[in-house]
Amino acid sequence: MGDIIRLTAAELAEKLRSGDVSSAEATQAHLDRIAQVDGDVHAFLHVSDHAVETARDIDARRLAGEDLPELAGVPLAVKDVLVTTDMPSTSASKILEGYMSPYDATVVARARAAGLVPLGKTNMDEFAMGSSTEHSAYGPTHNPWDLDRIPGGSGGGSAAAVAAFEAPLALGSDTGGSIRQPAHVTGTVGVKPTYGGVSRYGAIALASSLDQVGPVTRTVLDAGLLHDVIGGHDPHDATSLTTEWPSFAAAAREGASGEVLRGLRVGVVKELPDDGFQPGVARSFRDALATLEAAGAEIVEISAPNFEYAVAAYYLILPAEASSNLAKFDSVRFGLRSEVAGGTVEDVMSVTRDAGFGPEVKRRIILGTYALSAGYYDAYYGSAQKVRTLIQQDFARAFAGVDVIATPSAPTTAFRLGEKIDDPLSMYLNDLTTIPANLAGVPGISIPSGLAHDDGLPVGIQFLAPAHEDARLYRVGAALEALLVDAWGGPLLDRAPALEGGAR
Amino acid sequence: MAALMDYDKALEIFEPVIGLEVHVELNTRTKMFSASGNPANDEFQGAGPNTLVSPVDLGLPGSMPTVNAEAVRKSISLGLALGCSIAPSSRFARKNYFYPDLGKNYQISQYDEPIAFEGSVEVELEDGTIFTVPIERAHMEEDAGKLTHVGGSTGRIQGADHSLVDYNRAGVPLVEIVTHPIFGAEHRAPELAKAYLGTIRDIARSLGISEARMERGNVRCDANVSLRPRGAEKLGTRTETKNVNSMRSVERAVRYEIRRQAAILADGGTITQETRHWHEDTGETSPGRPKSDADDYRYFPEPDLLPVAPSEELIEELRAQLPEAPAVKRRRLKAEWGFTDLEFQDVANGGLTDVVEQTIAAGAAPQSARKWWTGEITRLANAADREPADMVSPAHVAQLQQLVDAGTLTDKLARQVLEGVIAGEGDPQQVVDARGLAVVSDDGALIAAIDDALAAQPDVMEKIKGGKVQAAGAIIGAVMKAMKGQADAARVRELILERAQA
Amino acid sequence: MLARIQLSDDEVTSLTGELDAIVSNIAKVSEVATSDVAATSHPIPLQNVFRPDEPGQMLTLEQALQNAPDADSDRFRVTAILGEEQ
Ligand SMILES: [Mg+2]
Ligand SMILES: [Zn+2]
Repeated sequence: MGDIIRLTAAELAEKLRSGDVSSAEATQAHLDRIAQVDGDVHAFLHVSDHAVETARDIDARRLAGEDLPELAGVPLAVKDVLVTTDMPSTSASKILEGYMSPYDATVVARARAAGLVPLGKTNMDEFAMGSSTEHSAYGPTHNPWDLDRIPGGSGGGSAAAVAAFEAPLALGSDTGGSIRQPAHVTGTVGVKPTYGGVSRYGAIALASSLDQVGPVTRTVLDAGLLHDVIGGHDPHDATSLTTEWPSFAAAAREGASGEVLRGLRVGVVKELPDDGFQPGVARSFRDALATLEAAGAEIVEISAPNFEYAVAAYYLILPAEASSNLAKFDSVRFGLRSEVAGGTVEDVMSVTRDAGFGPEVKRRIILGTYALSAGYYDAYYGSAQKVRTLIQQDFARAFAGVDVIATPSAPTTAFRLGEKIDDPLSMYLNDLTTIPANLAGVPGISIPSGLAHDDGLPVGIQFLAPAHEDARLYRVGAALEALLVDAWGGPLLDRAPALEGGAR
Repeated sequence: MAALMDYDKALEIFEPVIGLEVHVELNTRTKMFSASGNPANDEFQGAGPNTLVSPVDLGLPGSMPTVNAEAVRKSISLGLALGCSIAPSSRFARKNYFYPDLGKNYQISQYDEPIAFEGSVEVELEDGTIFTVPIERAHMEEDAGKLTHVGGSTGRIQGADHSLVDYNRAGVPLVEIVTHPIFGAEHRAPELAKAYLGTIRDIARSLGISEARMERGNVRCDANVSLRPRGAEKLGTRTETKNVNSMRSVERAVRYEIRRQAAILADGGTITQETRHWHEDTGETSPGRPKSDADDYRYFPEPDLLPVAPSEELIEELRAQLPEAPAVKRRRLKAEWGFTDLEFQDVANGGLTDVVEQTIAAGAAPQSARKWWTGEITRLANAADREPADMVSPAHVAQLQQLVDAGTLTDKLARQVLEGVIAGEGDPQQVVDARGLAVVSDDGALIAAIDDALAAQPDVMEKIKGGKVQAAGAIIGAVMKAMKGQADAARVRELILERAQA
Repeated sequence: MLARIQLSDDEVTSLTGELDAIVSNIAKVSEVATSDVAATSHPIPLQNVFRPDEPGQMLTLEQALQNAPDADSDRFRVTAILGEEQ
């Protein structure tokens, strides 16, 4: 059964339903894979010690004739930003080492209710701050395509886990690209839903007005299947939408026929010229556009003049909200406490936060504290909120003329571990193309567009749609995916080098 | 102890300007931002520490607030009762500061867009003068948890070895009512502060939005005081005395601050802008935290919550449900009950208007109701350090008075019955029955007792027959003693006189 | 320190340099944030999202205290507090 791990979630679900494979077998196969390769990849911070037990329970229920949800019995990796009652939830920070949540994040609860089998918690940049997973307090994750390179971030663990066949499905969170940019560099699929489309309850908050939880998978259909499980209104999250969502899996299946591309108007942003990207990324993007065009889509140049301010606005709003969201890590109710002999509670809090937070977290907390302080609020935070309005206007104008917008998912392919760690500013520019969607709340998907001609590493193409139109992304994404996989003669990940050894 | 200036002299030189911030805990069933039981509602009173908490109240990772619809309605009602405009759209904001009683290290409050703004409240001073207090805003926010300081002698924060935190109170819905600076109260500023606090309590109580029990901290007050030399335009530097939580205390604290600040200013000194603490025992304030950069709360719109935009219909629905304003109601009741100014002030200042009204509604005459509540019940409450309204129900007081009116009880017996009722022995009739306290109305028994007394004092009957009617007093006294007080003295007197004429 | 993080001198030095660079870069937001532009605090505008006033699930005392670094039988314990309530 060595091939179980290479099945897509949809294929595995089919085999589970038909009885060809049991969930216990599938779960064990993935646990074996983790044991085999995760010493090298380090996608997981924690591996469940009762996943097989959970899987057996699903098998028993299926055997008893219970009508189970479509994905029942399929293993799932969970980003450590999501709290779970049965595994520690640390957000990859020392300050939460060993933290056990008394409740499950809504998306985790829904996944459990749908019979998915949580395999473990995946690595990430500490508190989701970063684009490389190098800011994890527990060491970086390595890109399965090249272990010396970054898997993207912040959700590098989830992306690497699905890319390395350690899990067919994973959950991620995307505040400025943390699902889409890792998908780009690992040759996988990632979706940031419309803001409010998926509950944030139980997602350890980074920037509340930007965070969205979403699926991390190897195929567009798998993303749709997982999105169907986790999406929809949650009364615990006031910003959760009450929209009646269509089935995203159905949208992906519909898209796979390719018909949806006929007459589709695809916007390409004038202000993101090719010379702003690594040549291999730009060429892969242009090739994908040509494929779309060949299938009947129309490529339309659009202008989004305020996108150039997006990164700056983002790096004001995010730290501001994060500085407040992370104030709760104070050593009083949970988490790390540093002992300070004779210290007051103020001393203990300060020393704990110095010891418990990594440098990037401190950098952003201080930046955010500064951006919100009385004398600077209007110039910084207030202005950033205005830029947000302008970017929304850019989107509104663009979507008046096009159905979707396409961009490369990130400026470069996976860079080397350590390459940008001391240059926060250039690290921040990684999210150039993904950030506008978070500022405006619109949905985005990244799917593999191929390998860069200059370095042979995966490249992703991002599609953006108007708010509430997530289904459109699944249709278009699945259509392009089908054409490309066909052209490649198989999934892109088939070309990834085999991972040998590196036992956990 | 700080130097204090004589109060009258201080008022000669300086004009006091006060500002009051009152926090009212709403009595919704659940908290402002979580579905945890609300300890400020009687339903959840007395719960053990940290048993009324959810992930939201503890600020656990991943938790998110949700807004209690009923708390919003109650806040709007309070805003309307304060004569405020209700904002067509208001927002929550985060007030960021680190303190162990705050689960998230920010308080969700309202900042630049409060739910209610610009109103005024009529406050009646003890002599009946009406003073209009201008309201700047009333906003919704959440309460903090409770700290207990351990070690050190005082139980205070200073010198404590460690502190314990109970988050039951964290998230209790609050409305903070902020006045504009209040000018013109002059020497009555302390009295006005007290009366204002009482008025807010009465309004909250009459709206039914809060249990409004000051001794439980349901209504709490911060008092801002500044002085400016007579004729000066510019306001003086103010101090904010925190948590003066009884009407008497706020009056004393304001008076104290006026005298303290006057002494400093007259001496050429300057007032430090700071918070101060009120000490009930010594009647003094002491310096707290000076204004500093820690006061930069870095407010910003709460991203986890959305604007509150009450419809015109909702506002009008709530406006229509407003009870009569306490000041209007007081004027009406005074006329209806026929009380003198003094009598009415006695009732109103004792916070007894409601119970007196309910007692009258239960059948007692206004004067009787007034006498019970301002007299015996208040006396017993003071002795027990409780609120009169908590001692006995208006229905029982009315029943007690009915027993007196029917001649079943004398005033003296009625007081004993009242004690029985307060002791939990049942309603007045049950106490009468159980204790056997009814007036002896059987003439046969009385006549027998009179005959016994006359036999013991044979000369008395002669005196009465000789016209000295007052001599009957000795016999009445003896009979009352024999009947253990349970006789109607007037009836005994009648019977003696009948006997003398026989 | 508003952020309540006790930084070492080295950290202060390195952070200051980085932050200066970042701040000068992000300050460009004010170029386009003119007074006629409204601020957006929520990407998808909603309003009046309320919860009914009905008690829901609460934590047990054990759950409440399960992650506490220090506690007595029913309350969280912290060392002496220097500052005052706000
Ligand atoms: Mg105050
Ligand atoms: Zn307040």
